[in-house]
Amino acid sequence: MAKHHVEAIVNGDAVEFLCETEETLLDVLRDTLHLTGSKEGCASGDCGACSVTLDGRLVCSCLVLGCEVGGRHIETIEGLARGEALHPLQQHFLEHAALQCGICTPGFLVAAKSLLERHPDPTETEIRYWLAGNLCRCTGYDKIISAVQDAAAAMRKG
Amino acid sequence: MRYEAPDTLSGAVALLAGATGEARVLAGGTDLLVQMRADVVDPDLIVDIKRIPETRTVTEENGGWRIGAAVTGAELKEHARLKQAWPGVVEAANLIGSTQVQGRATLGGNLCNGSPAADSVPALIAAGAVATLAGPKGTRDLPVEDVMLGPRQLALTKGEIVVSFLLPPRPPRSSDAYLRFIPRTEMDIAVVGAGVSLTIDGGGTITAARVSLGAVAARVLLVAEAAQAIVGSRLDEAAQKRLDAAARAACRPIDDKRGTVEFRVDVAGVLARRAAVIALDRARGGAANGGGRSH
Repeated sequence: MAKHHVEAIVNGDAVEFLCETEETLLDVLRDTLHLTGSKEGCASGDCGACSVTLDGRLVCSCLVLGCEVGGRHIETIEGLARGEALHPLQQHFLEHAALQCGICTPGFLVAAKSLLERHPDPTETEIRYWLAGNLCRCTGYDKIISAVQDAAAAMRKG
Repeated sequence: MRYEAPDTLSGAVALLAGATGEARVLAGGTDLLVQMRADVVDPDLIVDIKRIPETRTVTEENGGWRIGAAVTGAELKEHARLKQAWPGVVEAANLIGSTQVQGRATLGGNLCNGSPAADSVPALIAAGAVATLAGPKGTRDLPVEDVMLGPRQLALTKGEIVVSFLLPPRPPRSSDAYLRFIPRTEMDIAVVGAGVSLTIDGGGTITAARVSLGAVAARVLLVAEAAQAIVGSRLDEAAQKRLDAAARAACRPIDDKRGTVEFRVDVAGVLARRAAVIALDRARGGAANGGGRSH
């Protein structure tokens, strides 16, 4: 069967690609569009390393088919920084050393950005529940939570 | 593997009815894609129902609520009036997976995945929800408790899909609650789940109730005896004990790594009681007590 021809918007740019039905959005992002910031951890929706937003909604890109996204808006980790200027979340992750191996970091950043867009001043509990689908096997989470709290405070000040 | 995303119900039904190999409906995909990845299923045809308007809307209907089968958990959570009317249904849907999974997971998919541990199903059954199905012979309504026959087995015929769920109009002083037990705080599958929906009169006596238990049998159970145990009471200690006993008596669980038979039976009684207490408090107008997580 012929491949699907899909047109979508990724990080504000119009893209088109061909994909097989069984290819996930994560496969398309990494292997076809060469946006390798989104990581494949579990490929079953448990770890959140492949987090992106789809029409503004946080999802695991491993649980979306590439052929599903025609006409839709996708935001990935590559869309976070503005040129050389890091997003406040990225900056505070660095300042707090909220990463070690770094595989989970893109997913945490995309998920945290999605949280702060909805809740600019989340409690620690809200942050922990929102990020429950992002697994980190290195840091033990506390530094990540602190980084999100500080980034949120900085963003509220503008 | 063929993928189709029709924008009409008749289009979806025709594709599924005409399928020669294995066909699967795709709603949120949070179970289907995992099963495809694990080679548990290898469909020849995937029919994505998310472009069909009837599956994607929440509407008031004659005092009740109709929820499209492909509305996501995140969308339900943001629907303030639905949440107010049916807090138990919405909290049960919101327990499925992570924030990311909530962005995709649907009531239709949770039911049609055919797991006895599905979190939203006991809440829907307690609510008296009716599933509206579309198929080659037209549409029909089926109470949610009659949709699932056993693990991975549904009462749907070839070409039929679940389009939406109708939550019935409810009298004043009614509410519902859902509780599940998992050994951690998030991201797990119910060891036991309990949904309770009830109505009280002006004096606080329960006039109607429905109790449903998940993960304690091959299908999610509607436990009439448990409802009878509390109707006519004000959920005093004696009524709670009767409810506990009736819930326990209905269980026919399996032993597995997540819970033993004895544990599941015990927890089913406890959760049924606690969910009833929360539903009663909500029906009285209280909002302090939250259902959902139990650990």
